[in-house]
Amino acid sequence: MNKKLLSAPFLFWSGLFIIVPLLMVFYYGLTDKTGAFTFENIAAISSPEHLKALWEAVKLSVLSTIICLILAYPLAMILCKSGSNKTSFMVLIFILPMWMNFLLRTFAWLTLLEKTGVINTLLKLVGLPTLNIINTPGAIVLGMVYNFLPFMVLPIYNVLIKIDKNVINAARDLGANPFQTFMKITLPLSVPGIISGITMVFVPALTTFIISTILGGSKILLIGNVIEQEFTQTGNWHLGSGLSIVLMMFIIFNMVISAVTDKDGEAQAL
Amino acid sequence: MIKTTAQKIYVALIFIFLYAPIFTLMVLSFNASKTRSKWGGFTIKWYKQLFQNEEIMEALWNTLLIAFLSALIATIIGTITCLAFNYLKKSNRAILLGMANIPMLNAEIVTGISLMLLFISLGIKFGFMTILLAHITFNIPYVILSVLPRMKQLNPSTYEAALDLGCNQWQAFFKVTFPDLLPGILSGFLMAFTMSLDDFVITHFTKGPGIDTLSTKIYTEVKKGIKPEMYSLSTIIFVAVLVLLLLVNYTPKDKKNK
Repeated sequence: MNKKLLSAPFLFWSGLFIIVPLLMVFYYGLTDKTGAFTFENIAAISSPEHLKALWEAVKLSVLSTIICLILAYPLAMILCKSGSNKTSFMVLIFILPMWMNFLLRTFAWLTLLEKTGVINTLLKLVGLPTLNIINTPGAIVLGMVYNFLPFMVLPIYNVLIKIDKNVINAARDLGANPFQTFMKITLPLSVPGIISGITMVFVPALTTFIISTILGGSKILLIGNVIEQEFTQTGNWHLGSGLSIVLMMFIIFNMVISAVTDKDGEAQAL
Repeated sequence: MIKTTAQKIYVALIFIFLYAPIFTLMVLSFNASKTRSKWGGFTIKWYKQLFQNEEIMEALWNTLLIAFLSALIATIIGTITCLAFNYLKKSNRAILLGMANIPMLNAEIVTGISLMLLFISLGIKFGFMTILLAHITFNIPYVILSVLPRMKQLNPSTYEAALDLGCNQWQAFFKVTFPDLLPGILSGFLMAFTMSLDDFVITHFTKGPGIDTLSTKIYTEVKKGIKPEMYSLSTIIFVAVLVLLLLVNYTPKDKKNK
């Protein structure tokens, strides 16, 4: 039996359910209702409302990616040093929370953040000024950081744990202080993990429509919301596909960057 | 000393951040008041009512069935793909991995709408089947990524030795290769099951009217107000999984090894 044939089911499946559907998005995006070729659906991104939704999504997702990176890096370093078991750590921050539905978890932030919510009640008790971020972009950023932080921690952790301790010891022996060692050794060696983490946070944050629906009231529309509405409410699949193509450009750009910087797939998250 | 204390506090803060909403939901499941913003005293009535709520029970059944079937089928397809991996040319390996990476790196919303467009043009009726097909599709890559590292570590000589010693191909596979791959296969299955369970976006675009998973049911409830029974159901699931994980991780056998 030719063992190569064992890959046939996967290739068939991926062809039918991954490649063909993506081609269909391009087909719908590049045609109008009569089936004639047009760039109109893609050019529609430049209309003020769409541009605003895209800009808002880019702004909030970049911000939450940066916050995730700042929070995740020290966490990954601490977990690396403590030598905690990788599987138990991954389960704890990544798998276990997922068994509580993602919508419910995001929804729970409403209870925590509301004007009379848990956090504000606590703040009042200790006499601090209250937060007023529900239904603002701030709440959406918080929701993004909350949901996607594990996607930043894991790839960084995976690269840090593989750094040869001797390299760090050598740097210290040769007279580098801890800060220099970090800047010259640890940080450069962890770049693939950082890039992979950025991709894994930025893409879902950029394209989310659910976090903005739940935590942003219905006041703030992100590009994800616009596309979702085109498909489920307005029913203009051509426009929805056209806008999705624009979105995919961002994703492809992101994928190329991470492929170039992480050739060995070292930082793969899972 | 000060440094390690600071580190512990930092880790603790992150864990509080990640688990605060989960804890909130657990507390809400015991809240006698129907509105989530007011504490009306302790009650277990939502837990009693949960099992009489047919809609929620049906959504739970759909969710579990889809998660189980999609994880199972994805595990089979993913594992046999990994078996072929060692026999492929380098360029074909890259193509295969690239294909597996697309649904992982692509936005969920794009995967969702692309599958929706496919099902429409194929004329498949939207319902249980379309959700299942979609879930298998995004689950296969998780299985491949979890089995492949094990496959690469595999020593081909053991398989050949089994053949030399008189096993046929099937026996050699099930007695030698399969046990070696098993940890990867199991974690791939678990990963796929979890992903399917927690998915909302792709289900949202591939489900038809009249069928709901827990995710889509919660989504329709978000605007009208979520029924407290939902909180109690998630609490039960979460605690059950937590207990299960603790049991698996702290069995006496493990303690001896440590």
